This record gives sequence, structure tokens and C-alpha cells, in this order.
Amino acid sequence: MAQVLILAQHVDGELAASTGELLAAAAIAGDPAAVIVVDEGDGAELAAKLGSLGAQNVYVASTPNASGTLITPQVAAMHAAVQAASPSAVIVGSDTDSREIAARLAVRADGALLHDVEGIEGSGDSLVVSQQAFGGSYSVRAVAARGIPIISLRPNSVEGAAPAAAGTVIPIDIAGDTAPASTISGRHEKGEQSERPSLQTADIVVSGGRGLGSQEKFVLVEQLADSLGAAVGASRAAVDAGYVDHTMQVGQTGVTVSPTLYIALGISGAIQHRAGMQSAKTIIAINKDADSPIFDIADFGVVGDIFTVVPQLIEAVKARKG
Amino acid sequence: MKIAVLVKEVPDTWGDRRIDPATKRVDRSGDLVIDEINEKAVEVALLTKEANSGSEVTAVTMGPHHALAAVRKALAMGADNGIHIEDDGLAGSDAVQTSAALAAALRDRGFDLIIAGNESTDGRAGAVPAMLAERLGFAQLTFLRTLAVDGATVSGERLTATGHLDVTAQLPAVVSVTEQIAEARFPSFKGILSAKKKKVDAVSLGDLGLAGDDTGGAHSWSVVEQVTERPARQGGTIIKDDGTAGTQVAEFLIAAKLI
Repeated sequence: MAQVLILAQHVDGELAASTGELLAAAAIAGDPAAVIVVDEGDGAELAAKLGSLGAQNVYVASTPNASGTLITPQVAAMHAAVQAASPSAVIVGSDTDSREIAARLAVRADGALLHDVEGIEGSGDSLVVSQQAFGGSYSVRAVAARGIPIISLRPNSVEGAAPAAAGTVIPIDIAGDTAPASTISGRHEKGEQSERPSLQTADIVVSGGRGLGSQEKFVLVEQLADSLGAAVGASRAAVDAGYVDHTMQVGQTGVTVSPTLYIALGISGAIQHRAGMQSAKTIIAINKDADSPIFDIADFGVVGDIFTVVPQLIEAVKARKG
Repeated sequence: MKIAVLVKEVPDTWGDRRIDPATKRVDRSGDLVIDEINEKAVEVALLTKEANSGSEVTAVTMGPHHALAAVRKALAMGADNGIHIEDDGLAGSDAVQTSAALAAALRDRGFDLIIAGNESTDGRAGAVPAMLAERLGFAQLTFLRTLAVDGATVSGERLTATGHLDVTAQLPAVVSVTEQIAEARFPSFKGILSAKKKKVDAVSLGDLGLAGDDTGGAHSWSVVEQVTERPARQGGTIIKDDGTAGTQVAEFLIAAKLI
């Protein structure tokens, strides 16, 4: 079978949480292989980790200050690896960097971009991906008609893991890359070791809206989330009002989530918010306005004051969990 | 400084958005508006122009005749002129093809800065700005929530899933902006009147020099094979809080084995 290349992103020697899933997806469509870019050294340590996650080969580009350069080293490395491996497909994650690397690679390697994929079937020329459109209103099946498929994969799309493999290091050279570089001079990111699960992959999401009223009172959302072991989200209105950071925004222009349980607190449910959460399995809404559109899609809704209903709910959850 | 800003008509996100099951493309027969993120991109282009005297802003779109409305909106806000890429042979283009057409139209016009929204509300691929940088050999500085241009240096904060990065590049560059970047100005009455007189270059497939067997939906790299509308979500039980609603929610969660 032909190789399927994944891009393994890493920070400070740690592979991105999605790496194992990307290799599992690659194993559906062919022989999994990984591509990494490192600032120095031969990448042997990361390659060993990638081997244990299923990478048969690991293509390693070593180039000074790769971690301080935006995207272009990874594009060059993926292109060099595509030339060396002649893969039947390329799979990357759904973070902004990976999506943009896939976009540039589609141009450079003459491939077909298949973005925001939530399922992969078949291999070689018969590979088909599933996607959603308009906030989960439509299911889409798409293929690469020309060139190799270059896929960005949503988290929690593929189950299982690839069998452990050798992780054989194959050095690749990107010294000849001529793309103008953009420099990263500072990183201001929260680590993945945050105590709460990440919004995109959490099983339960508790989101707050304008109804919370202030940044201080938004803590109510966090308290319910913590009692349930849930991720915290927010509507655009709550983000625009400054209650929480933009990274928590769920909706048309924020994160799209499809958790098992979504609890909306003080969120009216504008169509743009629903576009980011309506594919949740179960939706609970608590809001004081009975006419809120969120109630049209809620499996269980409470018309009431979140500041009296939610504390009672938290107590009941705690009592249940003991 | 010569600034190009990319604009696009999309189905109104406040309305019912549909995919045409026959063509498997976005149904554009309903209400179409300039994408909100494009208005913000135009705002950033105008602010950059105002801070760099002697600058010019060109609003660029690709699409059928009606798409010109998005360029006119940008002109009414204050852009100086426009480019409208319009050709039936481009219908159904994917992102790879759209970026090829945009690159062909923008190349050799001496642009220093190309500004786009980070992703459209209809396709949401967020791919065209990166592809355009790739094709033009420009620096790429995308997903910016702040932007500063100082001489030939452009810098800003790039939004990520867990925070932001400080990023810098040299012109010429392609930048894309996120919705935090600025509030778009409203066109003035005078702006609306003068927009009608501003020059918009009509560009056809022949002008772009692209091979006919590479353009349009019949030759796209990615192809949609099937589109299925998911059943609309039904509302469930709605109760009015009688003092026990919190407990009732917990009971619902327990019954559904969610806690």
C-alpha cells in the first residue's frame, strides 16, 4: 500500500494531542508516515514517539529557527516528503497552522484540498471524505478528482490507534526553500495541560452568553462546567462584551463543537451561535426569555433565572457524583 | 502603498442557507450580502491607507455579475477602485482554482499589501489567503487580530486556538484578519454616490491567461459527490422554573445517563 503522510506538530518536544488520531486516520487509507520539522538535531526522539503511535517512516527536516518561522518550513518539508514518498494522501490537523499548511501544499504539490473533514473511507483512488456544511445543516461527501487528497481532519473524527511501527528516520532537505518567511517573535498561548478539557474535543460543553451580565458573574458557567468535568464556551455576545477570551467563542465565526451534551446558559441562540453547536447530541438551555430561539433546538429547556437555577443544578450534580 | 482587499458575496448568515442538491453548490438565489469579515478587511485597508499618504485601495472580487455589489459596497466605504473577475468558465471553482484566478488578476499590478478576511462564512476553508501568498511569492501573515504597517514591515497578533502569536513580515505580504480586528465604518451618503462613478476593471478568463482545462467546476481538484440535508432539530421539553428547575435538569441528565 502507498504511504499516507501526516504532519506532526510539536512544541517544546511534546507532540500535539491530535498526532495519534492523525496516524490512526492515515492507517485507514494506507501506510502511516509522519513529517516533522525541528530546529536542530536529527529528530530521533520525536521519531521514536511517532513510531510508537504508528508511523512506519518519519521524514525529518532540520532547519535553524523553524519554531520561530510561520508555516513556511512545514510547507517546504511536506512538499519534500511528498516528492520523496509519493503518498496516496496527506492528512493534517485542524489547527490554524495545519489548515494553512495544507492550503499552500495543495498549490505547491498540485493536490486537492479537503478541509474540516470528519470521516475518511477507502484508500488510494477510492478515498472519500465526509464533511459538514452550514453549521451541521448538511452532510457532504467529497473526493479528490485531480492530484492527491490533502486533508485537514477535525479532532475526534477517527477512533482507535495505528499499530506501533518502526518510526524509521528519513532526513529531508528544505534548504532550497525560497518562500518569504514571516517571523514569530512571541508566543502567548495556554498550554494543553489546562485543567479543563479543550473546547473542540470535550464530551460536555457548558457555554455562557450575555445573560451572565458581567465578567465576574461568568464564573457561574465555570462552576457548572467544573462540576461536570466540562469545557467552557461562550457566545459571541459574551466575547464581544469582554466576559471571556475569544478562544472560547462557539459559533459561525468561532469554534464548532459537537459534544454529547451542550448546556447553554443565558444564550438567546442567534442563528450564528446555533451554527457552531447544533450538532451536539443533547442540548440543554436555561434562559429567562421564553421566546429565545435556543429553546427551538433544546432537548430540555428552562425558562428561568440562571442565577437561581444553575446553583441548584450544581448542588444536584455534586450530590449525584458524591 | 498599493493595497488590494478581497471581498465576496455570501448567503446572509441571518437567513436560511441552502445547498442546491442538483449542482451541489451553495444556493445563491436567496439574500446575498458582502461577508461581514470582508467589511472589516476593507476597514483595515482604509485605516492603512489613511496612515500612509499616497496609498490606494482596490477592492477585488470574483463571481457572477451580481458579485459586483460587494465591490460597490467597498467603494462606498471608501475604496478607490475595483477589480471584478467575472466569467462563466470560472463557476464552481474550488479554493485551488479561485486562488489561481485571483493570483493571475493581482500579479504584476504592483500591490504591496493584499488584505482578506480569515475565512468566509459559506466555505469556511480559510485557505485562499495562504494559497494566494504561495502563488504570488508574498509573505503570509494571516489570522491577525491586530495589524500595524511601519514602512516595509507589517506585524500583528495571529489568533490561535489557545491564544495568540506575535508575527512580523516584510512587504509585499498577504494578510488575513479576524473579526476582532476593527469595527467597519458605514458608507456615507457621499460615499454611496461617488461609488457609482469609481472605476471597476472587468477581468475575464481570457485576460487571466489560465488554461481552459484547469478552470471551473468541471475541472476542479476537489469534487463534492453527495450532499444530504440533515433533519432539522426538534425542540424538546420546556419548563418554567417553579423553584425546582435546577433539580429537574439534573434528573433529566441522570435519566439520559449523561451524568
